[in-house]
Amino acid sequence: MMEIPPELAVRIDEVISHYPVSKRSASMPLLHLFQEKFGHITDEAVLWIAQKLELEPINVLELVTFYPMFRREPVGRCHVRVCRTLSCAMAGGYELLDAFCKHADIQPHAEGHGGHLLKSADGRYSVEFVECLASCGTGPVCMIEDDFYEAVSLAEVPQLLQKYA
Amino acid sequence: MSDTPPPLFNVQIDGVWHQFPKGTRVIEACSETGKFIPRYCYHKKLSSPGNCRMCLIEMGMPKMGPDRKPELGTDGKPVINWIPRPQISCAQDVADGMGIRTDSPMVRECRNGVMEFLLINHPLDCPICDQAGECQLQEFSVQYGTGGSRFLEEKVKKPKRVELGPRVTLDDERCILCSRCIRFMKEVANDDVLGFASRGSHTYLTAHPGRHLDSNYSLNTVDICPVGALTSTDFRFKMRVWFLKETKSICTSCATGCNTLIGTREGIVYRQTPRENDAVNSCWMCDYGRLNFHYVNSEDRLKAPQTRQNGALSDTGWTAALTRTADALRKFPGSEVAVIASARMTNEELWLTRRLIDALGTTHHDVVPRHGEADKILLNADRNPNTLGAQLLGVTDENPGGRLRGIVDAVRAGEIKAVVALGEDLAEAGFTVQDLHGLSFLAAMGILPSETTSAATVILPGASFAEKRGSMINAKGRLQRLNRAVPVLSQARDDWEILRDLVQHLTGANGVYLIEDVFRQMAESVAELRGLTLSKISDMGIELEDAPEASPTPEPAKV
Amino acid sequence: MVSIARTPHPREKRLIFKNVDRPGYTPDIDCYLADGGYEELKKAVSMPPPDIVAEVKASGLRGRGGAGFPCGAKWGFIKPEETKPVYLICNADESEPGTFKDRYIIHQDPHQLVEGMIIACYAVKARLAYIYIRGEFPLGAKILEQALAEARAHNFLGKDILGSGFDLEIYVHRGAGAYICGEETGLIESLEGKRAYPRIKPPYFPAVLGLYMSPTIVNNVETLCNVKHILRMGGAEYAKMGRPNNTGTRVLCVSGDVQRPGYFELEVGGITMGELIYDVCGGLKPGRKLKAVIPGGSSAKVLRAGERYKMKSKQPDGSMAEREIGLEEIPMDFDSLAAVGSMAGSGGVIVMDDTRDMVWTLNNINEFYAHESCGQCTPCREGSLWMMKMTTRMLQGGGVSSDPDTLKSVADNIAGRTICAFGEACAWPTQSFIAKFRDEFSGLAERNGRMTNNGAPHTESHP
Repeated sequence: MMEIPPELAVRIDEVISHYPVSKRSASMPLLHLFQEKFGHITDEAVLWIAQKLELEPINVLELVTFYPMFRREPVGRCHVRVCRTLSCAMAGGYELLDAFCKHADIQPHAEGHGGHLLKSADGRYSVEFVECLASCGTGPVCMIEDDFYEAVSLAEVPQLLQKYA
Repeated sequence: MSDTPPPLFNVQIDGVWHQFPKGTRVIEACSETGKFIPRYCYHKKLSSPGNCRMCLIEMGMPKMGPDRKPELGTDGKPVINWIPRPQISCAQDVADGMGIRTDSPMVRECRNGVMEFLLINHPLDCPICDQAGECQLQEFSVQYGTGGSRFLEEKVKKPKRVELGPRVTLDDERCILCSRCIRFMKEVANDDVLGFASRGSHTYLTAHPGRHLDSNYSLNTVDICPVGALTSTDFRFKMRVWFLKETKSICTSCATGCNTLIGTREGIVYRQTPRENDAVNSCWMCDYGRLNFHYVNSEDRLKAPQTRQNGALSDTGWTAALTRTADALRKFPGSEVAVIASARMTNEELWLTRRLIDALGTTHHDVVPRHGEADKILLNADRNPNTLGAQLLGVTDENPGGRLRGIVDAVRAGEIKAVVALGEDLAEAGFTVQDLHGLSFLAAMGILPSETTSAATVILPGASFAEKRGSMINAKGRLQRLNRAVPVLSQARDDWEILRDLVQHLTGANGVYLIEDVFRQMAESVAELRGLTLSKISDMGIELEDAPEASPTPEPAKV
Repeated sequence: MVSIARTPHPREKRLIFKNVDRPGYTPDIDCYLADGGYEELKKAVSMPPPDIVAEVKASGLRGRGGAGFPCGAKWGFIKPEETKPVYLICNADESEPGTFKDRYIIHQDPHQLVEGMIIACYAVKARLAYIYIRGEFPLGAKILEQALAEARAHNFLGKDILGSGFDLEIYVHRGAGAYICGEETGLIESLEGKRAYPRIKPPYFPAVLGLYMSPTIVNNVETLCNVKHILRMGGAEYAKMGRPNNTGTRVLCVSGDVQRPGYFELEVGGITMGELIYDVCGGLKPGRKLKAVIPGGSSAKVLRAGERYKMKSKQPDGSMAEREIGLEEIPMDFDSLAAVGSMAGSGGVIVMDDTRDMVWTLNNINEFYAHESCGQCTPCREGSLWMMKMTTRMLQGGGVSSDPDTLKSVADNIAGRTICAFGEACAWPTQSFIAKFRDEFSGLAERNGRMTNNGAPHTESHP
């Protein structure tokens, strides 16, 4: 069984209390807490959450694989999410992703941009395309960790990466 | 049971008005009138997710006039306001005045579209697919598809040959994501083990890593899988289904008596599948019962009657074997003979067994009880299919197996010297090998070699459940019928014939040529069966009035 | 968060966005209270709940999430004598490409939403409510949690709110990147801890069988923000803003090829498409011509520059008159945009100039919908990916002459046949792009060579 740090355990119980009708509703909040704490969702975490919420493990796995923000593999120490969707793409979202890859020393996939997590060999950076970040008026936009950046120019990419190095 | 019947609703289907009770699903109402609606996700015993979209139809409700009453057309029937969008027919009940079109251009277009969508990412590997021949994707494709393909792209790749559990193999590329199996496991089998991973067109069926589809009901998912995604690991690649002859029968692995189809070809049993009967097993059966047939095809089956001469068994033919048995038994007074019968025998066999007991004049008789753990679904704790029959026909009493201990003791004390074992291995009834070898005479009727046949003076090879016709009474007191799916093996004979001949040898009575005669005689003397004949027991069985109480207490079938 | 501050355009009428970009305005409750915050809540809790519903009905407020369903009518589905628990959910899963209004409300003026939500809960007697916020707004979630804590501390939330005897708890629930959670029954499933598979309707209308199979109201952020203003102004007065059946203000979000993209709060229908693009947003970039506009989020059907539409309108004498208008003359309201064959949707206006390749644009949209299809029902699951694969192949130089027809017919086989409106959302772009820019699609079938990343023939710098 997984080791749960006490402060995480407190937050877990607090979150569960938000769903007095059905504990199952706490599945996604718990997944968020685990991902925040451990970086990604392991099979062990799925089992732990399932047991905590009195669910079958598949009930939790179904969520992890459905919601794009949950990931079953670790990302880089600095994770960049670039918006791929129309307005940002029109404003240069594809070039922005390429620039992040170039400066983070990541080989972008030759074909297609969709849905792949791109990681630098040293594990420092990971970059992925995500769908609409809801700031279409200030494209291209991206999120680095939980921070949001808008109207990002290609020129500022190196310093952005530097900031999170 | 509700006292007042539900109200009847007028429903127009393809221009013809019909009446259906309130609560009838639209898809079922259409089927009842011969307008079959194709469907994948819908299963009448499961919840309706409405996800496959194959059952789209046109639907409408009565047009209301200014007085808020339905406007009537020239035929005096309500004029229908058709909903412009197609509607699924699997999740709605009929309403009064509802109009339905099952074969309009829009409906045909919808089906055509859904068929195309289902096929674009399907591997189209019918030649090597076990579902071929009973695949709804194939069938509906022929009926509702176009035959051509406009899909120029690469198909989505998914896991193949996944061992979902010990008995079920999954091909995710064939899966059309109807979710029937997921719902069955959750809603009927109470084991929420299956689910979907990933999403969109990449969605695939799976269990959690380390968890298996190992429920005793897992093979029902194979039955309800409309395509070849879930296949029975036991059955796959064994036989193309269109070669199978399917015989209606019942499962004999417990006292529930699930209704079955036995799939056979050229004398070999390939599979058993559940046959719907809401009074017994709904549409389901357990894996244990379903797979409990391989012994029928065993190489070791007893094929010819044998008698022991100077310590060695040899084939003797039926006349010699039966004469030898009758002659031997006649020499013992009733008190020195015991008859150990089986609650797996049919009523007809048990009735003849009772005649045999009477002819021998013994009071030492019983059946061998068989217990297991019951579940709350179908599996009964009594693993004998016909305990009630054995009780009703006087082969055992309210405590089946209760006399066995005494019989064994009497054998050991030398008080019982001859035993007739019918369909049971006495080693499972408390006898030791020494006990068996110490007997002066042992007749064994059965289908497979056992400790009992090894020690037997005479071996009378009988028929398996798949080879016989006859009746049994399940734990709820329902009289049901087995039917012969394959001929009796080699020189082996139907058990009732063996018993009839034995009784005739012993008593000289005659006049029974057909199993129907046996049933008739039995029905004349057993009040509970009065007025019945073997053929009057329909494929669905009949509930006996004043049926004897089941013992041990059966677990009721939930479904 | 790095944010670009803006000053409102003179044509704007800021009601909901009054505090957005307002100098010195912060999201904390003191700032809100100093500005008259929670006064409407105080008023509301002295009113019988049905009176609030009646005011909202009188206001003519239509849902701002996309479908434009009348809000008062939705609330009216909850019977006053309802015995099951009633839930209210704020749909803050803003995800429709081209739409970015909720982001600013949540981050800059959370109490406006919270106050509107509390009033709404009081009106429909919901004692438990959730704000389902998209996972990509981690800061927004924290700001809302802070706002709720502040509201609780002031007894605007919790037990016996302001001595009214009304109890209410509101919690923030974070999504995790699935667009389909914007669909209200998908959202409800997600909130129940399941995959966001939209439910079949009938029977699962949220107002009857919603969250935990109880009556549930799901309202968009902007919709709920309107509630306090309706109470302040009175429903009848509110209804004077905008046009009949298209009342109030609307936050329009403009993105794409205009000089000044952004958000603009305007009276509904108080501006035409042309005024929005040329006056408010500064027109197109130098030397460019308008090619196309997607007027209500990326699922809305595209409108082509130069198209003529027949519009029916009611004359002062009550008679109906028909006139022909161009794209620029379309009033930006629910009914007008529906009349020209598209929709006001979520208010996201995406403008495309003459450098844009329509096959590339549609492919980008198709990628979005193929990625976001939940996969529950057949036509959308298979069709959305198929359409994407086709447009991708066309861009890569593998187009064949049957592609435009196949694309259209695949889209036709999706729309109207799915469990939820995602079917239309993913089919409408293809249907409309093929119908209006068929030559480009046919042309690409002949042409070889790949597109650049942003759909323009040459690499260009962006703002």
